[in-house]
Amino acid sequence: MLNRRDFLKSAAVAAAGTGALPGFIGHAMATTTKARHHVVIVGGGYGGATAAKYLRMWGNGAVDVTLIERNTTFVSCPISNLVIGGVKRIEDITISYDNLKSKWGVKLITDEATAIDVDKKTVTTAKHGTIAWDRLVLSPGIDLLPGRIGGLEGKEDRIPHAWKAGPQTVLLRKQLEAMPDGGVFAMHIPRAPYRCPPGPYERACLVANYLREAKPKSKVLVLDANGEIQSKKALFTQAFERYGALLEYVPNSALQSVDADTLTAELEFDSIKADVLNVIPPMRAGNIAATTGLPLINDAWVDVDWLTLEAKGMPGVHVLGDALFPAPAMPKSGHMANQHAKVAAAAILNLFEGLPPNPTPVVMNTCYSFVDARNVIHVASVHQFDSAKKQPMPVAGAGGVSAMANDLEGKAALAWARNIWADMLA
Amino acid sequence: MKLNIAIAAFGIAGLVGAAHAQDPNLARNLAATCANCHGTNGKSLGGMESLAGEPKEKLLQKLADYRSGDKPATIMHQIVVGYTDEQLDLITTWFAAQK
Repeated sequence: MLNRRDFLKSAAVAAAGTGALPGFIGHAMATTTKARHHVVIVGGGYGGATAAKYLRMWGNGAVDVTLIERNTTFVSCPISNLVIGGVKRIEDITISYDNLKSKWGVKLITDEATAIDVDKKTVTTAKHGTIAWDRLVLSPGIDLLPGRIGGLEGKEDRIPHAWKAGPQTVLLRKQLEAMPDGGVFAMHIPRAPYRCPPGPYERACLVANYLREAKPKSKVLVLDANGEIQSKKALFTQAFERYGALLEYVPNSALQSVDADTLTAELEFDSIKADVLNVIPPMRAGNIAATTGLPLINDAWVDVDWLTLEAKGMPGVHVLGDALFPAPAMPKSGHMANQHAKVAAAAILNLFEGLPPNPTPVVMNTCYSFVDARNVIHVASVHQFDSAKKQPMPVAGAGGVSAMANDLEGKAALAWARNIWADMLA
Repeated sequence: MKLNIAIAAFGIAGLVGAAHAQDPNLARNLAATCANCHGTNGKSLGGMESLAGEPKEKLLQKLADYRSGDKPATIMHQIVVGYTDEQLDLITTWFAAQK
């Protein structure tokens, strides 16, 4: 069980050390006699890390926050395709959680959350026992379902997905570097909805960009289970055309099975032998959300109340990010998870104060995709809460895509990354 | 925290005369939708414009120019039209008040 007095003490010392939270210590001393609220967050990605920081920042340190995250550092999925394409290094997308601890007084537990008990208001961890919460935030991202493709289960070291940034990203890059000139890089895109709609197409471009320079006799084969490109279609079509015979896009190519020994991909009517095989399997909400009785739509995604991000019928359990069944035209993106987190943080603080949640939340999204090492295309949208439909709706006429790929947005994409990483973790 | 909320609510009511029931932190919440690109509380780390402490009229003029097309943009002309005038007023008031 988390000891709140120890937690408070360390948080206060941390705040005093940096001077980052003026007024925090006074608050802590003034409120030690009454019960402090405690929020436990599971998952330190774009959603969970943002929620942790904003609960501490907007709550002026008056709410205790514990973040349970299995990894010791944050590794960003956005920009990770640049690592696969050899433009960036894994170190460039890896960020410490130290500021959340030292600057914001978040209690960080490196562990795996294994179960939640909504009645007892606890979360169980693998190594740190059971932790009590007043409100729980689940930001578990996605878990992959390799078992849905024959022969894939347990073969991710041979057939990487690289759809969670980290060792898988490095592995896929190494396989590409080892591939002979004239080799085939085949990748598979699962049926929508999946994490990061434009991500697979960006990856295809960046692999082609690398091969064009390093191994020009090679080929990128994009096997898409969907009938068409799922995001920025016209712009990605143009980008694919610029790679000519180096890149082939094949829609309606649902993968039936793989042979990990021969790196063969079996489609309904075709069999493809690859030199590097990158299969993004079907996916659903992260296991902690999918297996603990949360309300799921299509047995995959969590149904939430959009004013508080609480799971339907589960007051006190807030769910963020890719794990959600999205509102109309709302993408599964890191940017959107960060926006979910702010709506949830504001609602949680209101509810602790006995106030209703903000009745008019707004979220917006920006997704930048590299089509080569410098040039980028975007898609953007703004979503206003519709009180009749009880969910955010995209604003008609707002948002849109780039006129064309351009290097100005290449700089903007990297600035976006720098600023959103700081918005979560600095 | 109650005191801060009260101050924020008073500040908003005083500045835009919005007396009807709205969230006491509406301006803060709306401004936070900009932070992904423009930095927490509008303090950019670079590559995007900082919004913190910028005069409200200057920010509103820029937004109006994005909307009209007078100021060329890659993306802001598409984002600005997603917000109401009242929301942009709240957002720019909030950023102008940041140190």
